[in-house]
Amino acid sequence: MSVAAAFFYLFAFVLIASAFMVISSRNPVHSVLFLILAFVNAAGLFILIGAEFLALILVVVYVGAVAVLFLFVVMMLDVDFVELRQGFLQYLPIGMIVGAIFLAELVLVLGAWATGPGVAQAVSAAANVAPAGAEAVSNVRAIGQVLYTDYIYFFQAAGFVLLVAMIGAIVLTLRHKAGVKRQSISAQVERTAKTAIEVVKVRPGQGL
Amino acid sequence: MNWQDTLIQVLIILGQSLALLVALLIFVAYILLADRKIWAAVQLRRGPNVVGPFGLLQSFADLLKFVLKEPTIPAGANKAVFLLAPLVTCVLALAAWAVVPIADGWVIADLNVGVLYIFAISSLGVYGIIMGGWASNSKYPFLASLRSAAQMVSYEVSIGFVIITVLMCAGSLNLSEIVEAQNGRLGLLNWYFLPLFPMFVIFYVSALAETNRPPFDLVEAESELVAGFMTEYGSTPYLLFMLGEYVAILTMCAMATILFLGGWLSPLPFAPFTWVPGLVWFVIKVCFMFFLFAMAKAMVPRYRYDQLMRLGWKVFLPISLVAVVVVAGVLHFTGMAPK
Repeated sequence: MSVAAAFFYLFAFVLIASAFMVISSRNPVHSVLFLILAFVNAAGLFILIGAEFLALILVVVYVGAVAVLFLFVVMMLDVDFVELRQGFLQYLPIGMIVGAIFLAELVLVLGAWATGPGVAQAVSAAANVAPAGAEAVSNVRAIGQVLYTDYIYFFQAAGFVLLVAMIGAIVLTLRHKAGVKRQSISAQVERTAKTAIEVVKVRPGQGL
Repeated sequence: MNWQDTLIQVLIILGQSLALLVALLIFVAYILLADRKIWAAVQLRRGPNVVGPFGLLQSFADLLKFVLKEPTIPAGANKAVFLLAPLVTCVLALAAWAVVPIADGWVIADLNVGVLYIFAISSLGVYGIIMGGWASNSKYPFLASLRSAAQMVSYEVSIGFVIITVLMCAGSLNLSEIVEAQNGRLGLLNWYFLPLFPMFVIFYVSALAETNRPPFDLVEAESELVAGFMTEYGSTPYLLFMLGEYVAILTMCAMATILFLGGWLSPLPFAPFTWVPGLVWFVIKVCFMFFLFAMAKAMVPRYRYDQLMRLGWKVFLPISLVAVVVVAGVLHFTGMAPK
């Protein structure tokens, strides 16, 4: 067994074990921590197939940002999870149906899997250019070429969908309350001695 | 390759890692002392001067003291996560150094996506703090961990965009190649801190915020949160947090050195200076960056939390976004973009 194979089994085993712990652990924070472990191990699997860029993007985006916010929310939740788990068996059939549908869809997608015309070329070109040492540069380059030349419209469309979602979230939650004091940095910077200070001569015995 | 060759290779890598680790830890010990000495000098104090000549052994005395004390775990704490948190902080901080080229070719893992690796590892650093704050089961650590989660995620965004501008100029994600791209006849005028000076400033300030250094140390603001997420920690776990924090600071200094100050390159590209080994230049530059960090700690008062968030999202993020567009445009239209 080669070193790579040993690492594959290690990552795969930890990935599945931690994925199982995500749904079975009693404490929701532990669940999220196991989810993070699962993400990191998935990144390890990506590295083993030579996709370093995807692996590190997975770590940066999912582990470094998404899961942090997830943990943030779960930590602040004050839900009685023992109570929540009471109907666990009751919902099991529904959960199984949803899981079965999801699995069927995945099988359908994978069964109809086809690589785009440009992709195979780009990958093989990258493999030809790269001898041994410069593999990962072409890894990044191959993704960039496929994503930004062949599929640029889809990429832009995906970006627009995200932008709309972001603006929607802001519009839904942004409200200006009347009477709340806010700091206006520009107003503070514009203040001068003339507008901010008033020099008053106080006469003895008279006051202001 | 048969198994003996594999074994020898693994042993060589282990030996290199161990050597780097020991050197790094000793460096951290003196960086810690330097931090306290600089802080003391600004305030016209002497700083630690009792243990060893000029207090040179102070950090080792502190190490012994922390290690020999009894670790206490609060009764309400989540034991496993409580003990895991300092380990996560420390291990992640040290792991980042695997890809840092400290001299020409002196790097343990010459990753082609080295920048991304460091960025990913430093974005994981927040987990140690969140886990520690949550597992302590106490209100001040919890508040500190919420603050740090928001703070570190915010400043990571601008650091990411700053790194992208450098990557566009260098045309590579490999740290060694980024340093090589700054090599030229003009010496230190070739380094990226000059053309990308605003980005250098943003990187410096964001690095302060990312490592929870003053003036952005709201995570452990002692007047509000006791000692922040470390309130319930003592002895070796506390030491690990402290160590992780300072190693992360050094990592940020090394990143600034590699991205903007030409890594191991000599500032003046002619005879007596080019004889000096690259390692020396690298260490000098890292020390210079750390001096800037220490002076910020000594001189700047702490930010208010809403000001910190404003600076990150409303000032640095737009500036760095515009800078990415401007740098890309300039590189494209002047034909200076790396092939």
